[in-house]
Amino acid sequence: MVSENKKYCIIQNCKSIETDLIPVLNYADFSKEIIELLTLNENHCVTYFAFPQDDGLKFIAAIANDSTQNIFILSHFLPKNVEQELASLTPQINALHIFEREIHENFGVGFPGHPWLKPVRFAHNRADTNLKINDYPFYSIESNELHEVGVGPVHAGIIEPGHFRFICNGENVLHLEIQLGWQHRGVEQTLLDKQTLLQRNIVAESVAGDTTVGHSLAFAGIMESLAGIETATQLDIERSIALELERIAVHTADISALCTDVAYNLGASIFGILRTAIINQTQAWCGNRLGKGMIRTGGTHYPLTNQLKSQILQTLDKYEKQFVELAHLTYRLPSVENRFDDIGTVTEQQMRKIGAVGMVARMANIPRDVRKSHPSKAFVKHPYTPIVLPKGDVFSRFLLRRKEIKQSIFWIREVLKNEEFVHPSPKPVSDIALKPGRLAVSLVEGWRGEICHTAVTGKNGELVYYKIKDPSFHNWKALELSLRNLEISDFPINNKSYNLSYCGFDL
Amino acid sequence: MLQEIKIIKHNGKQFITDPTKAEVPAPFRGRTEISSLKVDENALVSCCPLNAISANPVRINLAKCNFCGECAFRFPEKITFTNDHKISTNKLENLIISEGEKKNIELDQTLIDPKIKTVFGKSLKLRQVSAGGDNSCEFELNACGNANFDMGRYGIEFVASPRYADGVVVTGPISENMAEALKTTWEAIPSPKLFILCGVDAISGGIFADSAALERSILKDVKIDLYIPGNPPHPLTIINGLLKLTR
Ligand code: SF4
Repeated sequence: MVSENKKYCIIQNCKSIETDLIPVLNYADFSKEIIELLTLNENHCVTYFAFPQDDGLKFIAAIANDSTQNIFILSHFLPKNVEQELASLTPQINALHIFEREIHENFGVGFPGHPWLKPVRFAHNRADTNLKINDYPFYSIESNELHEVGVGPVHAGIIEPGHFRFICNGENVLHLEIQLGWQHRGVEQTLLDKQTLLQRNIVAESVAGDTTVGHSLAFAGIMESLAGIETATQLDIERSIALELERIAVHTADISALCTDVAYNLGASIFGILRTAIINQTQAWCGNRLGKGMIRTGGTHYPLTNQLKSQILQTLDKYEKQFVELAHLTYRLPSVENRFDDIGTVTEQQMRKIGAVGMVARMANIPRDVRKSHPSKAFVKHPYTPIVLPKGDVFSRFLLRRKEIKQSIFWIREVLKNEEFVHPSPKPVSDIALKPGRLAVSLVEGWRGEICHTAVTGKNGELVYYKIKDPSFHNWKALELSLRNLEISDFPINNKSYNLSYCGFDL
Repeated sequence: MLQEIKIIKHNGKQFITDPTKAEVPAPFRGRTEISSLKVDENALVSCCPLNAISANPVRINLAKCNFCGECAFRFPEKITFTNDHKISTNKLENLIISEGEKKNIELDQTLIDPKIKTVFGKSLKLRQVSAGGDNSCEFELNACGNANFDMGRYGIEFVASPRYADGVVVTGPISENMAEALKTTWEAIPSPKLFILCGVDAISGGIFADSAALERSILKDVKIDLYIPGNPPHPLTIINGLLKLTR
């Protein structure tokens, strides 16, 4: 559907649209519309990217409205033979900073006025391959009082690589800059290069292993919408239960990790054990603890049976009893409270500015949750009520996990109580024909937050572009902001309290 | 205090008593078996998203397989995945499973320098480098040390610096951007030392094998001491592989 002012299209989650219907605006109009839309609190940018088309670059921005289920699609075309420069929109809408940086890095488009036009991930197919990952232009301050601390890319533990550069005054951090890209393995290009549906599905499963279900669900949704496959609500319910199990598992692991960082060993061990129970349940369902193999296009190899249903209910009952008992103690411990309370606070205003999504939005008073704002069939039938906390500190991030775990258990139970799984969901489709000349956007609320996959098909139904956005793409900035004026020794608990994705960002 | 003791009691005994004997229940996909039944081999070969299957005789190369299970779904009478999780080895050929063959995947003990057993038999400290990994192998390597699997009981641990490590465990297909950091880490580890590839991406590049964003040349210059297949490998696959290598 085209908007009243004929400037953009309006679609819903997992619905596709003919690309020819999207009005192609000149940059002045494109900027004006984007700024107008994004000035409203109820809108945020879910993705903004460019891709080569004919003799130039096609720009697509997708802006989601949190209260109407609408997604606005705007477009602009930049021919090759004109100056490759566009006035940056970041000064007005800060949240666009990372998207403009990405377009700049990939295609060499200049964004005059951008305050921080630095490389994003040193993608192998970037415009300027002379610039190497070791040459990242860190911000620095000339001063005799200040010193810099550089950490990474390899860290002290089993953690993915990233480089953190702190500018400190004594113990105090004035500024933190995070350089990523080390995990870049060409996910988007590989997804385009691979020709079979299953290969692409496997690429989507490998965007971020701890969010296997989230990303592969976004992939399945987009393929189904582009192929015109109508799946049953039951299938979406089964997938969404897997999604919530993933959330419970990783949230529990993160609570355990935070306990480790404040040397609360009982919590570290037992929350860890509880996490095991959940991922073992996922394994009992699909053979893999992380849910690899669980989500396929059009159907499933692992339908939810009534037997599995009672098994999941039992696992959750047992888990919940122990979780509640331990959480009741942990969250009241003075040593824990004291360490997490009022540390690494970010404000709602800051989080709105950076376009935070998911947990990082909800811990700072922003009620942003795809399950409610752009629900898939399962969440339409069984609505989910998001949890929002006001304060924005480490303790909020710690507490949000506890509350979201409870809420997810509650949701799964309600669903399982009201649904029967007598007729198994169909087997996956092995091959599909995508409709030509279309664009689709798929949003999923993974445990970190809003995952957005966008795909564009060409004249013959071939995939011409596939864009993946992990929630961390917006949210890494929040960690940088949290560290301001904190002691450097508070970095680990802040880092864990966010647990952002390196591989999902680096792609 | 009382409350904490209660919690410990309510959680009961959680650790796996003997990881060398523990089993993983179906539908876990461990070592594959290929029957001698005749099937359309072309269809079988082409159904594999990772080119892990070859024909005449039918073989599956677990160094390339990501255990998606597709071949077994399509040809259930030809291909089965057992729940045998002990599939780590130090010899690539041992990861090639042929039709009609039912044997365990072992390590070739003759390839292991005797020093490895004497030096690392009771204490093994490893450094982990994720080089383009998707955080799933990393997730399971972390799990090896948790209260359930407790790999620490064997003196095997991950450490914070290559300087006091005895080897490196690499995950991920080795991105170009991490190639140098991996090399520096490897060089910083004192000899004798172990080079271990964990997960299908590390072993063969996995689904990213053809990606132009990788830089795997380091593998030509090092002797690889252990291959741990899986996507990701189960913690028991990791632990048993390390035990067989060092004791
Ligand atoms: S399980 Fe392995 S061999 Fe079978 S199709 Fe999947 S990747 Fe190929």
